[in-house]
This record gives sequence, structure tokens and C-alpha cells, in this order.
Amino acid sequence: MNFRTFAAFVGPSIVMMLLFIAFPLISVFTQSFYITQPIYEVVEVETCTPGFLTQTCVTEENSVPILDEHGEIVTKTEFVGLQSYRNVLELDRVWTAFREGSWTAFQTIDFWKALRFTLTFTLITLPLNLGVGLGIALMINNAAKSIRGPVIFISLLPFIITPVIGALSINWLFRGDGILTAIMEWYSGRDIALFAQAWTIEILMMLYRVWHVAPFAGIVLYAGLQTVNQDSLESALIDGASRWQRMRYVIIPHLMPLITFISMIHLMDSYRVFEEIVGFSSQGHVISLQWLTYDFLVPDQAGNRSISRASASAMLTMVGIVILLIAPLRRTWRDHKGSN
Amino acid sequence: MSSRALSQPRSLKLTSAGFLLLWCIAAAFPILWITVMSVKSPVDAFDGNALNVIFGPATLAAGQGISVLDIILWMFSLWGAFILTARVAPRMVTSYAPPKALWLGWMIAIAVLFIGAIVWFFSIFPGLSDNLSPWLGPLGRDGIGFTTEHYKTVWVERGFFNNFQNSLIVTVGVVTISLSVGTLAGYGLARSGSTLAFWILIIALIFRALPHSVLVAGYLPVFISSAEWLAPILGENAPTLYGKPWAVIAVLVAINQPFTIWMLRSFFQNIPADLDEAARVDGCSHFQAFRRVIMPVMWPGVITTGLFSFLLGYNDFLVTSLLLDAQNQTMVPAIAGMFNRETTTTDQVVAVAAAVSITAPLFILVMVFQRQIVSGLTAGAVKG
Repeated sequence: MNFRTFAAFVGPSIVMMLLFIAFPLISVFTQSFYITQPIYEVVEVETCTPGFLTQTCVTEENSVPILDEHGEIVTKTEFVGLQSYRNVLELDRVWTAFREGSWTAFQTIDFWKALRFTLTFTLITLPLNLGVGLGIALMINNAAKSIRGPVIFISLLPFIITPVIGALSINWLFRGDGILTAIMEWYSGRDIALFAQAWTIEILMMLYRVWHVAPFAGIVLYAGLQTVNQDSLESALIDGASRWQRMRYVIIPHLMPLITFISMIHLMDSYRVFEEIVGFSSQGHVISLQWLTYDFLVPDQAGNRSISRASASAMLTMVGIVILLIAPLRRTWRDHKGSN
Repeated sequence: MSSRALSQPRSLKLTSAGFLLLWCIAAAFPILWITVMSVKSPVDAFDGNALNVIFGPATLAAGQGISVLDIILWMFSLWGAFILTARVAPRMVTSYAPPKALWLGWMIAIAVLFIGAIVWFFSIFPGLSDNLSPWLGPLGRDGIGFTTEHYKTVWVERGFFNNFQNSLIVTVGVVTISLSVGTLAGYGLARSGSTLAFWILIIALIFRALPHSVLVAGYLPVFISSAEWLAPILGENAPTLYGKPWAVIAVLVAINQPFTIWMLRSFFQNIPADLDEAARVDGCSHFQAFRRVIMPVMWPGVITTGLFSFLLGYNDFLVTSLLLDAQNQTMVPAIAGMFNRETTTTDQVVAVAAAVSITAPLFILVMVFQRQIVSGLTAGAVKG
């Protein structure tokens, strides 16, 4: 296939990606150094209230945004350098917290709070996802052929459900005197409020995420189990390997490429944890990096969106993605060079 | 080959089956439970006692219930509907429709099933239920609380139908455009072993990892002020891209491209290259070979990728909630809004009913396309 045909086939897709992914990235990068604000002017307003003999007059200085001839607010954009990054990172507060040695003070700063949760979430759900996924795969593989279809059908439900709705449905089971909270209260004989502190919400979120993604891992690994070489299993048996050893030394190595694949997808997806925050409406206690950017983008009460702060926090989020992807990308590059 | 030495002891088999059952319950329970909640009055739906939620005494006391006969009739008709759509219809279509007009056969089948469902549920079903119930004594009387009023509130009063339409527009747009752009690119990438193709795939992988909020931060200011900077090109009637469904479609298509081209590429790689070489020898151009020889055997792959594009468009919350204004809102942000805003339990149950409404199409999707979804999940994985 010569270059021109290749370009004709790939062209539309490349244009889409350049226009809607690469270009916004550049624009986010530049936006993070600029700030757009309405221009204010100071107006003296004299308000008078009628009184006996003399009026009482008060002169106030109000700052009001300047309007242009269409009645729209005039804004100006200026270069502020790293100011937006400073606003997001709040290094002075970090420094104070650090000097006091106070973790709680450190965790009141939005960005660091979000970073802490995102990393814990990613690192704790990864092994859980792999474990539960492998368990599901092995169990389906053990089950009789006739029930595998229905079991896979049921397993797919948590995977396919809209993430926000899935989180909401778990939320409804636990919120207030939701049915599962009621059962836990009845079992323990104590009053349980799962949405009153951060750590219980975090556990629920992680449980939800494992529930949501484990079917994916399960089905991929189940497909992998179908291709395990029966001969090597039998020779391991003849060599006296126990069930556990066969699992450890024959099956797991065979599944290793798939496990790497699932881990990579999982790291990418759970680093962007967001829907859980919306579904559990946990923003009062727990936030994530992607939610932080989202929150800057949502208009506040005055209808302003803090675009430059959102851009700064978006660029900081990107740093994590780059770190996350270095290892797998280097491996792929080595494989590609090796195959040529 | 199954040898007796590899067979498992009974205790292990039982444990495995037990855990499998446990997993199935865990997987289905939340969805089942919100479905049960959505047909109960608020008092029952948020009752701490599980039996009260299931049988709904307060709902029944309010005069809204369903009899055992009705339940049996419902189960029978749902089972029948499933058999007809998943088993009978595909067989009839493949055997009666001419192979070239398969899509026509499917259209007719879907139309017949749809009309049949309306006739059954709205005329035969109520008649059957009314005529049989006096004969059955206690089985014919209302025994379990059941009400559809929350669904009526959601769909009729809250204007959820409007959100549904918007979701439909966005999803259909995303699926068609991302498939047509993606198949071309996937084919090109699968048949070219050049370093350039490799780099395109790697960059696509990096793009796939980007959090969507990063991208939206890039779109928002540009979209809001688009009337200004588009004015020199389009003149007076330059549109504001913010709030326009087709702008969101373009954004979602682009976000979906990396995944689409990776998946389609791995499907195209499974088709032997000899096939297009044979077509080329017979005098086809690359594009003709693609259209006449490769596409006809690619349909399973295209359908699978289409399903995942559908899920992306249908499930999206972040992009649609930030880039669409209130009257163009899709279903997911609408429900999240309902849930966060309302405080009374009635409103909560209405939100539950909306959540069940949005899940129902996905449920049917898995039912019909289970095999394609599983093949899609494994296609990406096996190739790496």
C-alpha cells in the first residue's frame, strides 16, 4: 500500500483526532498561562434615602464590569505565567502544613486531596480487579458448559451499565437506611452511617469500581483460559505439580500478557475516576483529579467558569498520565523494533 | 481432551459453584433491586425491611397492586418476547430474506415484532387478565404492591422523553460517524506495516488515556466564543457551538477514535491479506477491494465496534453535561441532576425510575448482542 492510499484511508480519522484531541491539548496548554477576566471600573454611586429635614445620602464606590455597546461584559486576557498553577497547587499552604507536620491540614487543599484519593483508588482497585477477574474466569471455566452463557450474560450487566447510574444504584442500596445498610445495622446492632465520613465512601467507591470492571477482566481471562495448553498441564501433573503449582507455574504465566493488558487499561481508566464522585455525590468528602477539573469548568453562582485554573489542573493531571504510560510505551517500542 | 487426572475433587467443584452463584447475585442484585424499588410507593421503596420493599404493603394499601396471575402472564410474555427476538426472528430472517437484502429482512422483522408487542401488551394482555382473574379466586386478586406512576411522572411530566430524543440523536450520530471514519482508518492501519502506522497507533493509545475533562477544558472557551471566530468564515449566521448536539457528536467521535481504530485494526488483521490481493489481481483498486471484498466479511467486527461506540455515546456524562445546555440535555446528566436536586423521597423514587428506564435498553442490548460484546472484549486483548 503506497503512501497516498494509506493517507486517503487514514486521513479522516487523523483529521478528527488532530482537530478535537491534539488541538484542544495545545489550547489547554496555552490557556493555563493566561487568565481572562472582566474589566472592572470603579463607579461612585450616591444613594439617598428621604429623611426629616435633610436627606441622608451615602456615597459608595462600587466596582462594576464595563459593558460594550451590545451590553456584554468586556473581558481582557493577560499573560500571568505560572499564576494559575500556583492557584491550583497552593504551595504556600502546603508548606505551612508541612512545617506543622499536619496531614489533615495538607488534605484540606483540594488538589492534594484529589491527588491522594486518585492514587489510592488506582492502586487499591488494581489488585482487587485482577483477583476478582481471575476468580470469575476460573469459576466460569469450571462451570458446566450449559450454564456458561447465562452466567456470562449476568456478569456483563455490571460492565455495561452506565457508570453514573451504576454508582447511583449502589448508592441507593446504602444511602440512609438503604437495604444493605439496614441489614448491616441489624447484623451488628449498631447505627451505621456510611455517607458521614470519607473512608466509608471511599470503600464503597472502590467496591463499585471493582464490581463495574471485574467482568471485563473476567471475560478476557476466561477467553485466555481456553487457549491453555492441555499437554503442558498434563506434563506438570506427571511431574507431580499440585493444583496450586499448576496454577502458579503453568496457567498464570500463560495469562501474563492478558494480565498486563488488563492492568494497563485499568490504570488508564481508574486514574480518570470521575463518575463515582457524581454517583455517590461525595464532593463534600472525597474528590478526584478529573472531578477537580470538571468542577472548575462548571459555572459558579455568578456564571463564571474558571477556565485557566481548569487548564492548569488539567495539565497537572496530564503529568500523571505521562508517568503512567512511560513503561508500557517503552515496552511496545522495543517489541516493535524487535519485530522489524 | 479431558483426562481423569485433571478432574477436580467434589469439594472444589462445590466451592467454585458456590462462589459463582455469589458473584451472579452480586452482579445482578443492584440492578434488580432498583427495578423493584421503582414500582413501589416511596414509603415502601425506602423501607429498611427487605420484605416490605418486595411486597410493598403501603403501595397495596393505596390500591395499586398486581396479582399472581398478572405476574405469571408478564413472565410468560417477556419470555415469549425474548424467544421471538433472540431465536425465532434471526432464524426466519436468515432463511426467508434473500442474502442481498438481509437488512430489509431485519427491518421487516423489527417492525413486525414492534407492532406485535404493542397489540399484545395493550389489547390482548389486559383483556386476558380481566377475563381470567374472577375465576382464580385469591390468585386473581392483587397481592403485591405495584405501581407505574413513577414512570409516568418521569416520562410525561418531567419531559424525560425530550432527553431520550437527545440521547438518541447523539448516540446514532456517534455510532455512524465513528464507524465510517474508523473502518477506513482501521483498514489502512491493518494493511500498512510502516513505522508511520505504528506511530499513529501509539499516539492514539496516548490519546485514549487522556482524561476527558482535559479535552473539555480545551473545547469550552472555543465553543462558547465560536460565533466570534467563525464570523470571518461563515459571516453573520456563524453558530455558537456550545449547546449544539452535533458539536458534541463530533467531540465524542474524536474521543472514541483511538479505541475504534485499535479495535477495528485487530479485526481487519484477522482477515487474510490474500483476500484483497486476489481482488487487486482481478483489477480492483484499493478502495474497491475494501468495499466489495473486505467489508462484506467484516460485518461482525463492525457490529461489535459499533456496540462499544454506542456505549460510549449513551453512557457519557462528562462531555454532554458540560457542552450541552438544558434543553438539549441527554439522559445521564438529566438523571444525575434529578438525583442531586431533589430531596423528597418521592423525587428519589422518580429518579430511580428514570435510572431503570435508562438501563433497560442496555439490558436488551446485552441480551441480543452478548456474543458480539464478548468477541469485542477478547479481540482487543488477544492481539494486545
